[in-house]
Amino acid sequence: MEQTIRVGGHARGLAATGRTDRWWVGTLLTLLGLTGFVAYATWAAFQPGHFFHDPYISPFSSPLLFVRPGAAGAAPLQHAWFGAWPSWWPSWLPASPSLLILIFPLSFRLTCYYFRKAYYRAYAASPPGCAVGALPRSEYRGETGLLIFQNLHRYALYFILVFMVVHYYDTFWAFFRDGVFGVGVGSIVLTIDAALLTLYVFGCHSWRHLLGGKLDCFSCDASSRLRHGAWRKASILNASHGLFGWLSLFWVAFSDYYVRMVSMGRIHDFSTWG
Amino acid sequence: MPERRFRVWRGDARGGGFQEYAVEVDPGMVVLDVIHRIQARQANDLAVRWNCKAGKCGSCSMEINGRPRLGCMTRMNMFGADEVITVQPLKTFPVVKDLVTDVAWNYERNKRIPPFKPRPRGADGQHRMMQNDVDRVQEFRKCIECFLCQDVCHVLRDHDRKDAFVGPRFMIRLASLEMHPLDAADRIPAVRAEFGSGLCNITRCCTEVCPEHIGITDNGIIPLKERVVDRYYDPIQWLARRIFGRGGEH
Amino acid sequence: MVNVSELLTYEHDVLVVGAGGAGLRAAIECSAQGLSTGVVCKSLLGKAHTVMAEGGLAAALGNVDARDNWKIHFRDTMRGGKFLNQWRMAELHAREAPDRVRELEEWGAVFDRTRDGLISQRNFGGHRYPRLAHVGDRTGLEIIRTLQDYGIHRGFQVYMECTGLDLMTDGGRIAGLLAYFRETGRFALFKAKAVILATGGAGKAWRVTSNSWEYTGDGYGMAYEAGAELMDMEFTQFHPTGMVWPPSVRGILVTEGVRGDGGILTNNKRERFMFNYIPEKFAAETAATEEEANRWLTGDSTARRPPELLTRDVVARAITREVNEGRGTPHGGVYLDIASRRPADFIRKKLPSMYHQFKELAEVDITREPMEVGPTLHYFMGGVRVDPDTQETTVPGLFAAGECAAGLHGANRLGGNSLSDLVVFGRLAGVGAARYVRALPAAPRVPDEQAATAIRRATDILNRESGTNPYLIQEDLQNIMGRNVGIVRSDDELKTALREMERLKAEAARVKANGAAQYNPGWHAALDLRPLLITAEAVTRAALERQESRGGHTRVDYPDERAEWLKANIVVRKGRDGMETRRHERPAPPKELADIAYAKIEDLEAAIART
Repeated sequence: MEQTIRVGGHARGLAATGRTDRWWVGTLLTLLGLTGFVAYATWAAFQPGHFFHDPYISPFSSPLLFVRPGAAGAAPLQHAWFGAWPSWWPSWLPASPSLLILIFPLSFRLTCYYFRKAYYRAYAASPPGCAVGALPRSEYRGETGLLIFQNLHRYALYFILVFMVVHYYDTFWAFFRDGVFGVGVGSIVLTIDAALLTLYVFGCHSWRHLLGGKLDCFSCDASSRLRHGAWRKASILNASHGLFGWLSLFWVAFSDYYVRMVSMGRIHDFSTWG
Repeated sequence: MPERRFRVWRGDARGGGFQEYAVEVDPGMVVLDVIHRIQARQANDLAVRWNCKAGKCGSCSMEINGRPRLGCMTRMNMFGADEVITVQPLKTFPVVKDLVTDVAWNYERNKRIPPFKPRPRGADGQHRMMQNDVDRVQEFRKCIECFLCQDVCHVLRDHDRKDAFVGPRFMIRLASLEMHPLDAADRIPAVRAEFGSGLCNITRCCTEVCPEHIGITDNGIIPLKERVVDRYYDPIQWLARRIFGRGGEH
Repeated sequence: MVNVSELLTYEHDVLVVGAGGAGLRAAIECSAQGLSTGVVCKSLLGKAHTVMAEGGLAAALGNVDARDNWKIHFRDTMRGGKFLNQWRMAELHAREAPDRVRELEEWGAVFDRTRDGLISQRNFGGHRYPRLAHVGDRTGLEIIRTLQDYGIHRGFQVYMECTGLDLMTDGGRIAGLLAYFRETGRFALFKAKAVILATGGAGKAWRVTSNSWEYTGDGYGMAYEAGAELMDMEFTQFHPTGMVWPPSVRGILVTEGVRGDGGILTNNKRERFMFNYIPEKFAAETAATEEEANRWLTGDSTARRPPELLTRDVVARAITREVNEGRGTPHGGVYLDIASRRPADFIRKKLPSMYHQFKELAEVDITREPMEVGPTLHYFMGGVRVDPDTQETTVPGLFAAGECAAGLHGANRLGGNSLSDLVVFGRLAGVGAARYVRALPAAPRVPDEQAATAIRRATDILNRESGTNPYLIQEDLQNIMGRNVGIVRSDDELKTALREMERLKAEAARVKANGAAQYNPGWHAALDLRPLLITAEAVTRAALERQESRGGHTRVDYPDERAEWLKANIVVRKGRDGMETRRHERPAPPKELADIAYAKIEDLEAAIART
């Protein structure tokens, strides 16, 4: 990209900047982190099996809508909400439960106010860093053009709230094998996953808005006082929304990986069940 | 006293270039002090805008080593001992002379924001609002109008969409009015249309450069965007308004 | 040659010079009265010095302590001013301040709140009750932003980065102002039927000051040259707590709110020295022991206030003495300690800008360590002499308000009274100017020769072949004032200062600025020299004249207040052969006001409780 010098001495063009610090480090880490996650998640989503190891189910595959009995490392049929895998499923697609549900948590992260910043900077160079030249374009339209769907973040939130309940359900049952209470490394991994997801979701900007942010008066009646309290708590989490976004992103992938490895017999799950 | 090397952009709207100065620097000095020293000893006519020298008036905005900063709040000891320090005017606004830019656009935009419209006083002649209710608004009202956020915002800086986006400074001014417990005006349609909330892609550089540490993006712009969603993009709320009338939760 | 007909020319009914609190409030009033109004300001709109005010705005709203009332505010103001205030101005101020505060709220100001949701009020030096409406420690910013954002919809015209040089007169009446735009260096002639000066003070005549570069006494200089009188110029307020380190921020203010919220002053032996400096007449209202002072902070109404909250002159002198006697800090101040008195959260919440100021400018964390502070020139009690009701000066059509005007504060100003001064008298100046304009039979004309002379004087500085560097003259003046016209003054030093000033005046006549007129700070500094020198001389002459110590004026050779000096204000004006001073006899106060001012506080409180 050609850089021209203008009045004021500022360089222009993509990534042009007068900054002398290593501004690109954060952008690069974001790029690597997100790319790594997307690569792993895509690979995992196309695996038909090894998402289950009693009593653990990978968060990538839960809620488990259908299951193809007999697939290696798949859950028993009674775990599926709607029974056996549908016959209309095209044969060229693997019968992976993730493919049916992963769109929901992904849409939450895709439209998340924190991750938007992260990938606008890292993938769209819009801008690549602060006071660093953005990708030139004929007419910048921000989130008014194609990206107008970002305004529906709250609907992704509604879905993720349902998912959270499911995760807690999975986590609860991760402490019971054949009706016997116990603790395995997998139970702890899944517990941490549910907890991080909670910290991430409850700091969501839309959540914070719906809880109380939309009010102009917090003290006008009993319900607004209550909502003010909730808003304040959401605001505390919101201040670390990016951090919890990353932690939960990493951990959900790790949880899937752990369950998969245990299911494949590559890792031994230490547990009280022996 | 150690001598430091400065590259200062000198010139006006017709053009100019960087000029090098070697300046003695005393302990505790900030970049604005060094500029003043250059002005007093080497270049009497070096133009720089400044007032309070305490980070309260927001006049001495400039770009120091490529970062938008207040000259009076940038301490010399944050730079390496041999570092050459480059000082430039703000990029987003037209240069008047040297480090001074023409920021009139901001004042013009501000005039277009519908003013505060208080609701009537209570029966006892008082306005009542609780501290809880004003905390949010007070954060925005800390703004010293240094326009560093306007300078760094890529919508204005790189894409020059001054026609369509009012910039972070005025988004938070709009937020401070919209969230004001006494205010009775409705600016949400204007926030979306005239002031261009959709142009902001929340990349947060405004928050990073704010010398007052205002949560411009998280506490100001995003909540405004959410209010715009309530009004224009949320199908359920749209339907609810259709069925139950306009009132609802506002 | 200057061709006046080709000048940028603007016409208004009223021209306001200065866009701080007083100027903006005056402009709002003039617009409300239906007048075409212009505002000329030296900086960008919203950057005026009002922005620096921290503590609050004094008004007897009675929100925190219901016993408060305008009479007690009036009494506090008179006592603070050592009874040298203009009685009527102190009365108007105390009576009208509450309405002005409520008006600001109506215009969008967001003050801190009480538990009942009303405007909260804080304690401050010299104020009997918690009286200062505030917003953390950035009250000035709140006020200027409120007036600015309200004002831009009122229809007055703002001319930014435009500096006044000379007032234009027509047969003794005001006819306009000659000014220049910083940005282009072009001159502009403002034709106006009335001019309101709201240019603030002249702290830049001293080296250690809380004032910014703008504070060069432009209003004093222009009014003086136009024939108006200056009054009470000897009363300069040194704020006791300015930063002392690092050198580049020396003088920047540390709000009195730190002490109001519990901060204490200690010397290098960690002694809380203010208990040694309680003047007799305040002894009855000041805590005698640390234990009592601590109880007062907790809200115990039987305890008396800590000595750190004595009036500014008392505290500033005490600090100077501690430092002079070798009990100062390494950088020549004393310690102001709130870290050991209040939890970190409290400090960050109540004093956020102080926290940041020290953190970022001095790398001191005030929640963990004490601050180093010392006196700094902060405020001019004196200024242009005005009529108490209309704010009109002795020049018809010329008005003054705010720090630029004299009279409200007498010999010493209470903290918090300046912000209320701005809005009360800014408005009254607007009302006064409007009445004047309506009664004016015909619009005055600006004589071409006046404008031409003013322009020639300004351009000579650029056109000269060689001459003195303006920065050096200003630095010289600052050192002279710091050395000879400081907190404690003497006959010798004042006379030395006058002699030195003669030398500087001669040098200033040969000042040279390099470069062109467009945004040229060297030229601006040169142009600021005239008002600075006029102000410095007026202060020095008035200080020499007043042979006593009172309020902001302390003479080592006349260490006490003297009753005969209560009978006169010192007035300065331009005479045939330079500056003249005279004693202006004070009329006897109205009985009703004297009764209030000299009443015992208990009697006032009881009387109020009965009504």
